[in-house]
Amino acid sequence: MVAAWCRGLVKRYEDVVAVAGIDLEVRRGECFGLLGPNGAGKTTTVEMLEGLTTPDGGEIEVLGERWHKTRNDRLRQRLGVQLQETQLPEKLTVEEVVRLFASFYRRSRPTDEVIAMVELGEKRRARVGKLSGGQRQRLALACALVSDPEILFLDEPTTGLDPQARLKVWELVESFRARGGTVLLTTHYMEEAARLCDRVAVMDYGRIIALGSTAELVAALHAEQIVELELDHALEAPALASLPGVSGAVGRDGGLQLSVHDIGQALPAMLSALAARGVGLRRLTTHQATLEDVFVHLTGRALRDE
Amino acid sequence: MSKLHPLVELTRARLLEFLREPEAVFWVFVFPVLLAVALGIAFRSQSPRVVPVGVAGTTGRAGEVVGLLDGDNTLGVRQLAAHDGETELASGTLDVLVLVPDDPGQTLTYRFDPMRPESRVARDLVDDALQRKRGRQDVVAVRDEHVAAVGSRYIDFLIPGLVGLNLMGSGMWGLGFAVVQARVRKLLKRFAATPMRRSHFLLSFMLSRLGLLAGEVGAVLGAGWALFGVTVRGGILDLAVVSLLGAFTFAGLGLLVAARSRTIEGVSGWMNLVQLPMWLLSGSFFSYARFPEAVQPAIRLLPLTALNDALRAIANRGASLTETWPELAVLAVWGGVSFVLALRLFRWQ
Repeated sequence: MVAAWCRGLVKRYEDVVAVAGIDLEVRRGECFGLLGPNGAGKTTTVEMLEGLTTPDGGEIEVLGERWHKTRNDRLRQRLGVQLQETQLPEKLTVEEVVRLFASFYRRSRPTDEVIAMVELGEKRRARVGKLSGGQRQRLALACALVSDPEILFLDEPTTGLDPQARLKVWELVESFRARGGTVLLTTHYMEEAARLCDRVAVMDYGRIIALGSTAELVAALHAEQIVELELDHALEAPALASLPGVSGAVGRDGGLQLSVHDIGQALPAMLSALAARGVGLRRLTTHQATLEDVFVHLTGRALRDE
Repeated sequence: MSKLHPLVELTRARLLEFLREPEAVFWVFVFPVLLAVALGIAFRSQSPRVVPVGVAGTTGRAGEVVGLLDGDNTLGVRQLAAHDGETELASGTLDVLVLVPDDPGQTLTYRFDPMRPESRVARDLVDDALQRKRGRQDVVAVRDEHVAAVGSRYIDFLIPGLVGLNLMGSGMWGLGFAVVQARVRKLLKRFAATPMRRSHFLLSFMLSRLGLLAGEVGAVLGAGWALFGVTVRGGILDLAVVSLLGAFTFAGLGLLVAARSRTIEGVSGWMNLVQLPMWLLSGSFFSYARFPEAVQPAIRLLPLTALNDALRAIANRGASLTETWPELAVLAVWGGVSFVLALRLFRWQ
């Protein structure tokens, strides 16, 4: 069963193509992640699916319905939405904000229950302006969950939060899924996608460049280990890509990143190849392959350019 | 807690946000009262002042003229040198200067600035006094009747104008800022992602004005009554209806002005552009009868003019609601058209 899909989705802003024709399918009950750097087109894609932005081309269906210029209320009753950077009214209390959002829905959860669910019970009479970043984000989730939605859209739900606050948000998403809900989220955090998402679409420059489960995407690298090298002379990636035990190599930040499936073969071969070229090794690190490496492998750039 | 209608919840949220903003409360409730007090004191009615008259001449005839005028206690007559008289006339210490020529055959001269109303009055008072003393007889029998001061003083004129001005200011600034702030903070976009009816959202802003109305109008009227004895001659209920319509009208205009702005600075500029002409033209502080006849029909079509006229008709003249229908019609058209346009043009993100 498909909860939402789109085909050939396109959005242009003046002379920038934000979304360049993408196809997606979110299955019922799954958590689907859109992963990519800032400016990849994730937010534009989600907002088109939410019916907030009109596409320039392509088709969208959410919970079996299409967006119209009017008559969208019935569909909106069934969605939960958290937007990037919404600032809820500072002068209102937690309770007042949730009540306000609840009033928009025909069928809604009791305010107290939702507030308890996001663990803001003690803050129910506190004004939004006095909440911490993590508490505000949980309040935003409460506003999205108050309608008891079938599908939850989360746009960078943990950006800017400290690790503890992030963990609480993750737990909320997991408990929503445990009740059978569908989630579509965007993120540029690998660990978030790896922990929460059943399937991930990697986006870059408005296109989907990889799609699959986290495990599948990592497995497609044919790498058990990632070896990162810092050299005293520049070296082209292909020079090391065909060594035994190495499945691929890309240049990164002036150094090289190798995908390695047999570290026992690869290391001695690599060292002798460097020695033969008279290139000195400044630093070498290895780690288990992650989604981050998938992105680097596909684009030659890091996901987070901070 | 039982669930309330979204319109009720939105209106409640709007009111709470306003009341929790001390600055906004000051501008809406306290500032107009301070303004009324300051203007009321500055332009309070005074007992008729003594008109300063100078008499200049080098011969005894000048003293004679002073003697003739001295009997009149509305005139403060001083004899002085012609040169000093000119200086005092120029600085406004004298309203009129009487030049008495040396030669008895020559005429007296009144020197005054005809552009100054008080100088024209002074000239006529002096002339009248002199002519009577010299034996002029009145040919028409007349009688003076002094009208009661309350209701025709400047403060009586001013208070309804301040009520109107306050309704315009708080309606437009209050709603305009709140709407644009919600847009800047992406709150409007978040609301647009819910099934909330868009007309409910805009209506809640207009309804929230209703909640504040009694306080706003009451503060100014109350201060006028307590400090200056300004009363409402017509029906309080009629006044309430006019205020209500005025509040709705300016709430609609405020929404329209804020319908598309993306920044607070942008909306402030538009607000000023819309309000400033009405501050000047709509007769809040002085009657728009001072403007040329030709532009007055246009001035009367401005919403603040219509509101001020209707408020004054009821408060000062004791008119009934039905007598003010042309003004009410002007307000209704402005309010209705603004609201419909605002709903159509409104930018949610």
